[in-house]
Amino acid sequence: MQQIFSFIYKNSHKLLFLLLLGISLGLTIQAHSYHKSKVISSANFVTGGVYEQINSVNEYFHLKTQNDALAKENASLRRMLFNEADTAKAPVVDTIKGVRKVDVVVAKVVKNSYTVPENFLTLDKGATSGIKADMGVVNSQGIVGIVDHTSANYATVVSILNTQSKINAKIKKSNHFGSLVWNGKNTGFVQLIDVPRLASVRKGDTIVTGGQSVIFPANINIGTISKIYTDNETNYYTLEIKLFNDMTNLGYVYVIKSKDREEILTLEKQSQPNE
Amino acid sequence: MNSTVIFNIIRFFLLIAAQVVIFNNLTLFGFITSFPYILFIMLYPVNGNRNVLLAVSFLLGILMDMFSNSGGVHAAACLVLAYFRPGIFKFSFGLSYEYQTVRLDDVLTPERFSFILISVVVHHFTMFLLEVFRLVLFWEVLLRTLCSTVFTILVCIILIYMFKPSRR
Repeated sequence: MQQIFSFIYKNSHKLLFLLLLGISLGLTIQAHSYHKSKVISSANFVTGGVYEQINSVNEYFHLKTQNDALAKENASLRRMLFNEADTAKAPVVDTIKGVRKVDVVVAKVVKNSYTVPENFLTLDKGATSGIKADMGVVNSQGIVGIVDHTSANYATVVSILNTQSKINAKIKKSNHFGSLVWNGKNTGFVQLIDVPRLASVRKGDTIVTGGQSVIFPANINIGTISKIYTDNETNYYTLEIKLFNDMTNLGYVYVIKSKDREEILTLEKQSQPNE
Repeated sequence: MNSTVIFNIIRFFLLIAAQVVIFNNLTLFGFITSFPYILFIMLYPVNGNRNVLLAVSFLLGILMDMFSNSGGVHAAACLVLAYFRPGIFKFSFGLSYEYQTVRLDDVLTPERFSFILISVVVHHFTMFLLEVFRLVLFWEVLLRTLCSTVFTILVCIILIYMFKPSRR
């Protein structure tokens, strides 16, 4: 027994190193597996508060671009209002439920990262504003990411510039589906993989969200095709997509709350066979 | 509680604050970031308690991880640097480094530069490797390590000389 103690005492430096290294490697591995409960995240009181303070100073430097973006969005919304397809026709109401399917929460990006392969954003709204994990985040130009973790007042978002993120997307004119991923290289471009060869794709075609997942509603803008690669071994295209969004400069974003989400998820769970 | 301990505690928090507020937002060409917060581990007293250094390095890394949402990447890299620090000292300053008073914040001699260089390379390589976490992007890890190392060393040397304690 005494020998064990003296061994521990003699090698305390090495043992402490191995213990702490084990903990940190465990945390790293946990962080790399998508959507496991992450222990260390910036959606907490201390770091969220610090980032909010920093952002309140930074905000002033971007007021002009933010105003421009808001004015443009107002213009496009107004255009939709004036060019309504048929003003005589009454708007279609969901008669069964009588409520809107999608609700939107405005939040501010207090921390943005885009230099590492796995990027996260921090928002200044959290569970008290009704934000939950797996909600979609968009802004006026296109999609931004998916909510990862929430605390009372902050939320972290898996950016689309994250090698772990995978979002259902489609080609606007032909409705062929694919998965949107990022290869970790250029912040202006993402990749759409697994697009069937049957699809007719051309440079400049618009890519929008697919609506197969319950996270994003269909037809939210993503970007345009800039390069087309064909895989000789499989029957799929890989498309290089130029994002509409400038992910390095994000101000206000909208978190999408889908009202039917819970219902769809429980339904899908029921039809899946037990594992 | 002597003045060295208080001085190190102040340095700990100042370096974290500087890293989060300034240096995380300072990126060259969109992917080169500097991490001068590891100056804390380098400037920790040579004859200080080694177990305390390990524990404090872990804390430093975990705090950085919290701010950058990176799991345990910074913590692991800081630990590796803290663990190999005596070895790097021995390599750079010769075997009897513990008896002569090694000061980093003095005229930049080849010994001091080699210590800073090796420390930064060890830390950055561990960090970027864990951050990418797969060997497909190995060359990118090397490139990023190289570029960020140069940037970090520059910032570190500037910081050391900016806050060089005035003597006499």
